Amino acid sequence: MTIETTQKPRWGELDEEEDTDYNYLLPPKQTIGPDNNGIKKTIEYSFNDEGHKVKKTTTTRVRKLANARLSKKALERRGWSKFGDAVHEDVGARLTMVSTEEIVFERPRAPGTKAEDSSSSDPLAAKSGAVLMVCRTCGKKGDHWTSRCPYKDLAQPSETFVENPTADSAAPGAPGATKGAYVPPTRRDGGVRPTAGADMRRRNDENSVRVNNLSEDTREPDLMELFRPFGSVSRVYVAMDQKTGMSRGFGFVNFVRREDGERAIAKLNGYGYDNLILSVEWAAPRAN
Amino acid sequence: MRPILMKGHERPLTFLKYNKDGDLLFSCAKDHTPTVWFADNGERLGTYRGHNGAVWCCDISRDSSRLITGSADQSAMLWDVKSGKQLFTFNFDSPARSVDFSVGEKMAVITTDPFMGLTSAIHIKDIAANPADQVAESKLVIKGPQGRINRAVWGPLNKTIISAGEDAVVRIWDAETGQLLLENDKEVGHKKPITSLAKSTDGSHFLTGSLDKSAKLWDIRSLTLIKTYVTERPVNAVAMSPLLNHVVLGGGQDASAVTTTDHRAGKFEAKFYDKILQEEIGGVKGHFGPINALAFNPDGRSFSSGGEDGYVRLHHFDPDYFKIPSI
Repeated sequence: MTIETTQKPRWGELDEEEDTDYNYLLPPKQTIGPDNNGIKKTIEYSFNDEGHKVKKTTTTRVRKLANARLSKKALERRGWSKFGDAVHEDVGARLTMVSTEEIVFERPRAPGTKAEDSSSSDPLAAKSGAVLMVCRTCGKKGDHWTSRCPYKDLAQPSETFVENPTADSAAPGAPGATKGAYVPPTRRDGGVRPTAGADMRRRNDENSVRVNNLSEDTREPDLMELFRPFGSVSRVYVAMDQKTGMSRGFGFVNFVRREDGERAIAKLNGYGYDNLILSVEWAAPRAN
Repeated sequence: MRPILMKGHERPLTFLKYNKDGDLLFSCAKDHTPTVWFADNGERLGTYRGHNGAVWCCDISRDSSRLITGSADQSAMLWDVKSGKQLFTFNFDSPARSVDFSVGEKMAVITTDPFMGLTSAIHIKDIAANPADQVAESKLVIKGPQGRINRAVWGPLNKTIISAGEDAVVRIWDAETGQLLLENDKEVGHKKPITSLAKSTDGSHFLTGSLDKSAKLWDIRSLTLIKTYVTERPVNAVAMSPLLNHVVLGGGQDASAVTTTDHRAGKFEAKFYDKILQEEIGGVKGHFGPINALAFNPDGRSFSSGGEDGYVRLHHFDPDYFKIPSI
């Protein structure tokens, strides 16, 4: 930021020669900070070519990479001269670099959520016992819970993201054991257990959150990553243009529980994601 | 956090070790030249030239004056840390795999690999205070375990030696007589070769990592299993935080299979587990090859990892890390 002040040195005060250095007329250099946030301000004054006084404020952020507390011995070792290959190190070798990438300490769960959350909150587990253990990541049945999936680090398999699941594909695994007894539709509500195509369809419309203004680069795994911390997500979908294959800029996320969806909306509506501001709302029911 | 990348080695890393004060980091790799770095900014201080084979392991004396390295060139070397000069060379008939100074640095334990008809062995050497008085003879040679002994360390008061290796059994030996004192319970032990072993700071327990995709915490005296940490990757390296109740496991799929799959399938992150709850608490990504070595700074505020990719990555934790709730 530069501010030109109109205040010129008065001609009467100037010497005859043109090249005289007027720097003594300038206020001294000022340094403010660094404050708690590591912001340091340096204010310098100089004359530009036309003899105007220019105030230059430089704001820099000072980042401490490491807190070094050195013992006496260690301090002495700091002064050791280099040896071996380190003596004649090429200037351009750059053996030591600070990563350009910010590496986060990735938590498997959102901070603050309980350990049991992922399994016990799952209505599947509560309702039908141990029989219905379907991994939402890899689709394996009865082997492990989603949170324990050995493939959880991999991207979502694309078949999970069919927009309009047909009746056949929508019921991935209704074990025979649960089929026998009649369950009235009113009782089926809480369970997301896929028993029939129609039921599955309804589930997909329930707790569905529409995300608008996505950037073109956003893919389903990104959305999954964004929304997973709010609770169990049963489906994510990013609308793609069929002709161009480009993202159409909106997508849907279905939550297993409505409260999770509410929290997600409250938190992510207006959230800046990939240089765009997301708008997140309950999806309007499908018209059919 | 922004890790510091140290690209001093041209071959995969094999071992990392901090000195007692935590200001120096020693790295061993398959490229014959152990290297010492400043642990705060990652600047290279020096290299130890003289080995003619992959260097598998190193240990540093408590006062940071001596370094011992074990190498595939069938030797273990003592070095002057400050100048990088060789002080002494122990020659063996097979590659030296693991080295460890005893408390007080009057002795060292060195393991050698099975090679050309020789079985693996654990050698105990006297270490002289003055390198001029150093003798090459082993004080004691222990033989017995089948397959490679990947790691042998001293037990409490230098009375015992704890060894672990390819036969997946943890053994405790008498350091005086060489007698086998304890073997771990087969029921609860590792099912595949043990690749790494790390003692806790107070030396009361230790952690072993194995290719059976788990790490186990053992009592150092009774050899009872305390905890098991199950992961999804073969474990090549383990470390324990000296500050918090955290353990770190590193590993990944075998290096020869890396190019055949998606890089995310390799599971090359360092995984953090709660030591007591045995639960995963986090992961740190970055390497593009399996992690072969892990070490925690003795102050617990930073850790470094060395990978098959030849990089050492030095991580200084963000303040958030220290707020992770624990019991």
